[in-house]
Amino acid sequence: MSSILIKGARVIDPRSKLDAARDMLIRQGKIARIEKSITAPKARVVRAKDQVVVPGLIDLHCHLRDPGRPDEETIATGSEAAVAGGFTSICCMPNTDPAIDNESIVNYIYKEAARVGLCNVLPVGAITKARAGKEITEFAELQHAGVKAFSDDGDTVADSSVLRHALEYSKAFDVPIFEHALDKELARDGLMNEGLVATRLGLKGSPAIAEELIVARDLLLAGFTGARLHVCHVSTRGAVELIRRAKREGVRVTCETCPHYFYFNDEVLESLDVNFKVNPPIRSEVDRQAIIEGLKDGTIDCIATDHAPHCRAEKELEFANAPYGMIGLETAVSLAVMELINRQKMSWLDVMRKLTVNPAGIIRIPAGCISVGAAADITIIAPDEKWKVSEEQIRSRSKNTPHLNKELVGRVTNVILNGRVKYSLKDGQ
Amino acid sequence: MNPKKDLVGIEKLTAPEICQYLDLADNFLEVLARPIPIVPALRGKTILTLFFEASTRTQISFSIAAKRLSADIVNFSQTASSVKKGETLLDTARNIEAMKVDGVVIRHSAPGSALFLGQRLEAFVVNAGDGAHEHPTQALLDFMTMRQHFKSFDKLRVLIIGDITHSRVARSNIFGLRTLGARVAICAPPTLIPLEIDRLGVEVFYDLDGIIGEYDVVMALRIQLERQQAGLFPSVREYRACYGLTAERLRRMKPRSIIMHPGPTNRGVEIDPEVADSTRSVILEQVKNGVALRMAVLFIHAGGKIE
Repeated sequence: MSSILIKGARVIDPRSKLDAARDMLIRQGKIARIEKSITAPKARVVRAKDQVVVPGLIDLHCHLRDPGRPDEETIATGSEAAVAGGFTSICCMPNTDPAIDNESIVNYIYKEAARVGLCNVLPVGAITKARAGKEITEFAELQHAGVKAFSDDGDTVADSSVLRHALEYSKAFDVPIFEHALDKELARDGLMNEGLVATRLGLKGSPAIAEELIVARDLLLAGFTGARLHVCHVSTRGAVELIRRAKREGVRVTCETCPHYFYFNDEVLESLDVNFKVNPPIRSEVDRQAIIEGLKDGTIDCIATDHAPHCRAEKELEFANAPYGMIGLETAVSLAVMELINRQKMSWLDVMRKLTVNPAGIIRIPAGCISVGAAADITIIAPDEKWKVSEEQIRSRSKNTPHLNKELVGRVTNVILNGRVKYSLKDGQ
Repeated sequence: MNPKKDLVGIEKLTAPEICQYLDLADNFLEVLARPIPIVPALRGKTILTLFFEASTRTQISFSIAAKRLSADIVNFSQTASSVKKGETLLDTARNIEAMKVDGVVIRHSAPGSALFLGQRLEAFVVNAGDGAHEHPTQALLDFMTMRQHFKSFDKLRVLIIGDITHSRVARSNIFGLRTLGARVAICAPPTLIPLEIDRLGVEVFYDLDGIIGEYDVVMALRIQLERQQAGLFPSVREYRACYGLTAERLRRMKPRSIIMHPGPTNRGVEIDPEVADSTRSVILEQVKNGVALRMAVLFIHAGGKIE
């Protein structure tokens, strides 16, 4: 394994609060030196002037559709999309077919991810068998096999008694429960956020209260059980407020939001572009502002993609009949740079924290930081580089993104995993 | 005035654009009164009506309108559920494109389906109802009817009663009446009123008896009985008691006010037979105007010529 010398970059490490111009030498898969100026004649040099070096990014929430829908995504194509988007570790949700609810599927995912060898693919196990919401899965066996969290994502654990027991049981393994928080009945058939735009378009709305009601229940159950709750894809002002208050009261809760919740508001649905149809829906401007506020004040711990590939045939349906979800691995960094750093003037340290050290802490993996001796998982970003999203360029097998043919700012140029370059924009991709 | 290719809704129309349809429709009423009520305006044009939702009167109204203009008309109907399983609307659009029709009239349960089709076809598209979104020709014939009874929309007071949430007729009426300068109120149980509708510039009421005497136009909407099953109101009996247009309520309406209904009516539910059949009811005028109005719409969008 050759050494790599990253020259002239702005190195940002949220854990140590380092934000300074540094050279970095990577040797034998680990970070060997971080100094103002390093010379290493034998090392492969990556010139990163005007670029930002951050810990390899971590996504707590994506859908790889593997096993089950290889026409939409596989571990291989999902891994390619991940590194193209700067992610070195991604958590894949268990709503596969079959669901990730037993050891053999977990083993399959690790084996396939290792064969592909581009990034760490960390499975999230189902909370309940077949994600049916009835009986909890074998947490011990699944955790032993390598599951980092449990979730029935795509569905809420509707039965409060089942969720209570799942939370209680999870305490034995110090593992978080990732909850997709939406009241099924209130959100039923909801095509977009309920509010003025839905009223004008005549589209059935999914109200903010559908999310907030379940978030409130889950927070109470988390407080009651003392277990670790992680709320997925927070999208409403009320949910942010509930989580902020619960954190203040000492509830062991963390949460994530997704780029589309801080980047868009529900006025974009006027286009009836099915790529804007996500669940939970893109909310109002008031909610969007509250999400940004929650990111700024630390209420929202992570930015996750909720990368949800869908094949072209499904996304060509009329809005009402098309499935929910957009891909997001390859655009997350740009959207964070454009909205949070450039427009909202959040610091790189604060934004990158939500893509590195915070998610690492939630799933307890030794990643997400830059320090001498640590594994060299590194992402390099050209913060001012403009690029146009095109179908040919998207690595994901599915192309369902509303950013298609849009110009974005901020681009991942290099990704290093355990000291090996897994993605380099310059090398003809 | 150069019309847009498609008529997908009222929301984006200006007042002059709306009036262009109404003025022409008034002219076509004269054609319809002739012994042979046919003009060759659209001879050689082929119009397809594509109805993915059960409807008889709207499809018939469009067909008659097309025939009165000497267009060739092809009618197709199929329920949306069978479409969902196989052929998508996109496939349908491509097939239509290949068959080179001049215009398509579409009704579909999915909001935005007319827009979807219009963006993909060279043929002009007329929305005959897309889910709960819009039903522009119904609203235009409503405006035409109102204009026959009242000189101007300025300060005209219109009350719409019923299931606003699921009503494309209500939406199209609200958009157009606001554009034309009328004052619009809605009255319904709160479970049938969509969030933030007041931001469209309408007044919202729950108590019909408190306000019914103040309006020039009172429009009742058809109440779908499945809304009761969905728990949005407790019973047909209670709905009628609170929101039905009864003879007693008719007596308390403003002198010279009119009663409208987009049809088909649930007699004895949202409107009592003696009200629907009363001299104040203009329901059959709406149906008659519907043909003339749809002639105007087809004529304008097909680029017809007056000889």
